[in-house]
Amino acid sequence: MNAPENFLKNIVGKSVTFKLNGSDAEAFTGETILDVADRHGLEIPRLCYKNGYRSDGNCRSCVVEVKGERVLAPSCCRSVKEGMEVETDSERAKKSQNLVLEMLLSDMPKNGNKWERGDVKLQHGELSAWADKKNVVVRQSFIDHKRPSIETDHSHPAMLVNLSACIQCDRCVRACREEQSNDVIGVSGRGAASKIIFDLDALMGDSSCVACGECVQACPTGALISKSLVGDQTVDKDVKSVCPFCGVGCLLTYKVKDEKIVAVEGRDGPANHNRLCVKGRFGFDYAHHKSRLTKPLIRKDGVKKDPAMVGSTSHWSEIFREATWEEALELAAGSLKRIRDQHGFGSLAGFGSAKGSNEEAYLFQKLVRTGFRNNNVDHCTRLCHASSVAALLEGVGSGAVSNQVSDVSEAGLVIIIGSNPTENHPVAATWMKNAAKNGTKIVLIDPRMTKISDYAWKSLQFKPGSDVSLLNALIHVIIEEDLVDKEFIKSRVNHFEELTKKVKLYTPEMVSESCGVDPQTIREVAKAYATSKGSMILWGMGVSQHIHGTDNARCLIALATITGQIGRPGTGLHPLRGQNNVQGASDAGLIPMMLPNYQKVADPTARHWFEKFWNSPIDEKPGYTVTEIMDKVFAEDDDPHKIRGIYIMGENPAMSDPDLNHARSALANLECLVVQDIFMTETAWLADVVLPASAWPEKSGTVSNTDRMVQMGRKAIECPGDARQDLWIIQQMAKGLGLSWNYEGPDSGVSEVYDEMRHAMKDVIWGITWSRLEKEESVTYPCLDENNPGESVVFTKTFDTSDGRVNLVPTKPTPPNEVPDLDFPFVLITGRQLEHWHTGSMTRRSKVLNAIEPAPTFQMCSNDLQKLNLIPGQMCKLRSRRGSVQATIRQDEATAPGTIFMSFAYREAAANLLTNPAIDPIGKIPEFKYCAVIIEPVEETL
Amino acid sequence: MLIENLHLIQDFFSGLKSRHLVALASEMKMPMAAVFEVASFYHHFDLIQDSDTTPKITVRVCEGISCELAGSKKLFSELSQSVQSDIRVIKAPCIGRCEQAPAAVVHQNPVAHASVEKITKLIKNSDSHHLLPDSVKKENLLDNSFCPTDYLEKSLPSLADDGSLTPTVTNYATYLKNGGYNLAVEIERGNLKKDKVIETMEGSGLRGLGGAGFPAGRKWKIVNGYPGPRLMAINLDEGEPGTFKDRTYLERDPHRFLEGMIIAAKVVEIDACYIYLRDEYHGCREILEKEIAKLVASPPCKLPKIELRRGAGAYICGEESAMIESIEGKRGEPRMRPPYIAEIGLFGRPTLEHNYETLYWVRDIVEKGAEWFSSYGKNGRKGIRSFSVSGRVKKPGVKLAPAGITIQELIDEYCDGMADGHEFYGYLPGGASGGILPATMNDIPLDFDTLQPYGCFIGSAAIVVFSKADSAREVAINLMGFFEHESCGQCTPCRVGTEKAKGLMSQRLWDKNALDDLKTVMVDASICGLGQAAPNPIACVQKYFPHEVT
Repeated sequence: MNAPENFLKNIVGKSVTFKLNGSDAEAFTGETILDVADRHGLEIPRLCYKNGYRSDGNCRSCVVEVKGERVLAPSCCRSVKEGMEVETDSERAKKSQNLVLEMLLSDMPKNGNKWERGDVKLQHGELSAWADKKNVVVRQSFIDHKRPSIETDHSHPAMLVNLSACIQCDRCVRACREEQSNDVIGVSGRGAASKIIFDLDALMGDSSCVACGECVQACPTGALISKSLVGDQTVDKDVKSVCPFCGVGCLLTYKVKDEKIVAVEGRDGPANHNRLCVKGRFGFDYAHHKSRLTKPLIRKDGVKKDPAMVGSTSHWSEIFREATWEEALELAAGSLKRIRDQHGFGSLAGFGSAKGSNEEAYLFQKLVRTGFRNNNVDHCTRLCHASSVAALLEGVGSGAVSNQVSDVSEAGLVIIIGSNPTENHPVAATWMKNAAKNGTKIVLIDPRMTKISDYAWKSLQFKPGSDVSLLNALIHVIIEEDLVDKEFIKSRVNHFEELTKKVKLYTPEMVSESCGVDPQTIREVAKAYATSKGSMILWGMGVSQHIHGTDNARCLIALATITGQIGRPGTGLHPLRGQNNVQGASDAGLIPMMLPNYQKVADPTARHWFEKFWNSPIDEKPGYTVTEIMDKVFAEDDDPHKIRGIYIMGENPAMSDPDLNHARSALANLECLVVQDIFMTETAWLADVVLPASAWPEKSGTVSNTDRMVQMGRKAIECPGDARQDLWIIQQMAKGLGLSWNYEGPDSGVSEVYDEMRHAMKDVIWGITWSRLEKEESVTYPCLDENNPGESVVFTKTFDTSDGRVNLVPTKPTPPNEVPDLDFPFVLITGRQLEHWHTGSMTRRSKVLNAIEPAPTFQMCSNDLQKLNLIPGQMCKLRSRRGSVQATIRQDEATAPGTIFMSFAYREAAANLLTNPAIDPIGKIPEFKYCAVIIEPVEETL
Repeated sequence: MLIENLHLIQDFFSGLKSRHLVALASEMKMPMAAVFEVASFYHHFDLIQDSDTTPKITVRVCEGISCELAGSKKLFSELSQSVQSDIRVIKAPCIGRCEQAPAAVVHQNPVAHASVEKITKLIKNSDSHHLLPDSVKKENLLDNSFCPTDYLEKSLPSLADDGSLTPTVTNYATYLKNGGYNLAVEIERGNLKKDKVIETMEGSGLRGLGGAGFPAGRKWKIVNGYPGPRLMAINLDEGEPGTFKDRTYLERDPHRFLEGMIIAAKVVEIDACYIYLRDEYHGCREILEKEIAKLVASPPCKLPKIELRRGAGAYICGEESAMIESIEGKRGEPRMRPPYIAEIGLFGRPTLEHNYETLYWVRDIVEKGAEWFSSYGKNGRKGIRSFSVSGRVKKPGVKLAPAGITIQELIDEYCDGMADGHEFYGYLPGGASGGILPATMNDIPLDFDTLQPYGCFIGSAAIVVFSKADSAREVAINLMGFFEHESCGQCTPCRVGTEKAKGLMSQRLWDKNALDDLKTVMVDASICGLGQAAPNPIACVQKYFPHEVT
């Protein structure tokens, strides 16, 4: 547990010579005896040792003899020294190694949880395996004095805790505390009575465990084990892929048995290094859910589209009938084609998805641009980072992150603003927490004091909506106290003077009251940010989902660039991407104003290049955004841009758009809506044709994570029934629209699509070929050369703007569009929660995830609850000017007084019925993070 | 400061409830598990359910080996039956009052030669705090000052002159008046060179008196060789069963130790000194708190930062690295070496670790010279040792005898022989971990290095004598029970080994093969001295008292 953690930090590449079992051996300074022994093929047992974790040396099964030392040394903790003489298999060493195995095994229960290849005799995982390998036989007299057993804890939906099979190796403790920093597991008591505990010795299911499952992955004996795979761990196949949930991009392995995924393990990817979160590890079963769509569906004749129906729990057969693929495609593509030919190129739109692959996004936008012949293609990036991207493109010339998340370990200070990483980017948050424990100062700037604040040096809980003032005050202090990087500004920054002039007004004292942050803290943070060895800014939707979202991001750009905190490791700007492929989908051109790789539609050179490349004319006018398209449904009949037909792949605007009543009625008013999805989503209820598509593990393709890493996903299982891979469906739709595409090869020709996309994006991913990805799994871009590892830090010399310099844009605060008043006195903040993904279509169909978070809640602090005389668990109604929903109250001190937080994942209480559709004028992103509401108790009828 | 905070809550609420721990975790921004694992590690923290009531008073009956010989088992069972239900009676590992066996503690008030009557009277009167001597309460100049050299080759008193457990303390004023802190001042002024002090220390042959016996002067040199800031950690966790010498000096003469500490700090250039005092010594804690406060209020010279830290009931924290972990507020789990604490110790800094008594002799050695200390000795050994003698002797107590003295000489010349009606049968030469020797081997010089050939060691010089009325097997089981109870549980050989060994030892005939294997793995593969020394009682009984177990 407790050896000083960095005593081997001075490892240098110097080699040492020593004697290993009588022969000369070479090692690098700092290498452990175990490292070297492994290299020499010596089989030293080890139980508490886990590659990648801090060695603890507590189990003592790896002890070896070091000449001149009184007692044996743990080979996992002892570094090799020049001239050392080590015996790993002397009689003395072997005796203790084997006795440790025997002692531990003698205390194990009769029935174990974990074995391989049907070998039930070796039922205690690594312990049995080592004992078997070393021919250890447990004597009866040890078994006669077996420790008392502990009752198995079944309380957690995903994991089993059988401490009778625990060998106190602490791997789970290190997993929970040092790796994931979730800080739930500990060791209580001492001696033979010492025991693994959760929190204050609670049942695992009752504890604050966030079910990342790192402990299960770490446990050598099966004392902690995933309920979905107890017993024989051998499966039919292990498929290397990437997680389908958030933008962190964790690499994982699907364990497949009888054509079903039975477990997921973390893999050593650059973004996760074997770590996963609850969704990635336990949320895989949605793919096998009984409500998967397995047949194409066509709306029954004469059944009206009723927006009130979308929340329906009845069976689709009341509204739809099954059809063949031929019929469904004929109807879907045929109807859209008919509308296009009848009403012109402005009449159609397409929503792609940030949950699909790069190849799907690329083909989808190509379909819209060359098949619909307009640029009305968008996806949920509009609802998340559109404003950030707008500000970044304007300021630094590129919408992607400048530095990768893992850089937090090299930063002196990290600002986390408008982000709840422990829930929304859980594995990325582990690196932040690790960094904090190693001395990096974390500054949380957010109206909600979420879990990461426990690790923060300073937490600035500002009043919602006052962010631009607060950020301007930080900039003010930096300029006023002359903490700017003059050299950097001189050589790399435009419009610094305008900025200086504009922020003059915003003294910390002036903004203090409106922001709710004291001036001293503002000064301290500004100073620390400007002067640390490297400062990084990470942000989330709390910055972007405002009508002043673009201004927020502009302020962050100003902060980073006037202080020169960009362009080096451990610095920079990182908008944390939400979806697994929101970065890639945007890169691939799934946005109305940009062709692939952010080539502006309005730029004739770029357009002409693509016209030639695709052999098709492209509309010169940028398309409409998600929210604008919804409005355009209600345009006058003579408007050539009136939207009459939409093709939606994998998006769920009937849950994710603001002011859902409006969005749903727009969808219901279409002449033709084609929805391609894996479930009967709220959007699909309003469709004319529903095309059953593929879940992530059913297809191959690449995704690009928040760190600009292109990563390889592989097919692990078949699509259920007649469901088809999305890439195939898009191609069929294209065919129906009269496009003649031809992509050949396995998995719907995915590698050929990728290669075409690589040509279209040759300025950024030329060096990342399909075959390279198959080999390397993950490559960072920009990468122009196949032998190049990719640039993890960008803007080192210049920015991607036309003159290579950053363009500062001064800002002034804009109040939120709808502020609380007497009728609607509270501010509603919407967001995600750890267990549920977005609109819940996947995660609410996962047994474990839904068991942990089964129902919607309104989160409020105890002060407000007391004031309103409400109690946790009470059923309430939340109402805005646009709609109302019902849910129970949850007490949550992270939520500031005067605000209510709600997740938008629940169809039975869709938060977006309440949200305000007012949008940021530049990013066109709705103000999801702020609207006025009132909460009222509901009389429960018995 | 976690342990300090847990003490505050424990003292105030007489126990730790879940709600306290949740609040503390939140207040300290610590994981709940981290708070719980520390709270559950130490005996003196009582974890209780939120719904349970706390006992009015807790009585701890010492079950250390000397107290067991003096009838503590009987005392415990009689007491348990006679007190009311709101009084909690529990067994406690050695509380360091072996010469007063059987001993007990009523809340924080120690009881010598405890009986049911004595204890019930204290409970009735709610007399639950160790009385603070007047000499500490006030800062008056005393006529007499305690001087350890007055007791050379003699026995130290056990009780106070008035028969109480509150001896007069040579307070700050009195100590100063009698030449105290002169050396510290001289070093600061440069009149006494640091090199010279180290030379004297090395010349005296003074070795660490906590048990490990590392030459003190050399340690100073080593720690001084690492780049600062350096720290000092003083081990006052006198927990080895049978040992009570540090307490005996501390409750009479704390400043001689403080001066030794300050001299060491000046010579080794140390910024801060952490004194880790076992929690069982409640009276001593108050004495130290008050006397340190007096010292800091009018310092004779520039002082290092002095922090008094309170243990919480854990023998393992006498192990130097476990103590450091505990000072850092964690579970007292020994660290692996290397790195040695001289290089990476407390808070990751180079650390000079000393036992109380080692520092206690610094002033006299530097004043009187290296020769003075090494001039004592017997049977070819050099120096003086404070033997804590207890068990079946007529006059137990601390004996300031020459190093190398034999057990027979100690019994005869210092203890007035065996207790009435008892015939010498065997002895522990070094507390619980130093092994067991038979009366027939009564001529071995007692010192560092002399006992190793017999599978024993002197450790902190805690001698427990037992008689033909006792059984070596029972003694060994008591000791193994102690180790099982006190094992931190970190490493397999010790955690599983002590438990299995205790089970195997309780059988009438010992399973030699199984016990021998346990011995081997515990000695060879345990992380720290506890596990490595725990099998000593097994080996000694097998070797010297085979008739009892075969």
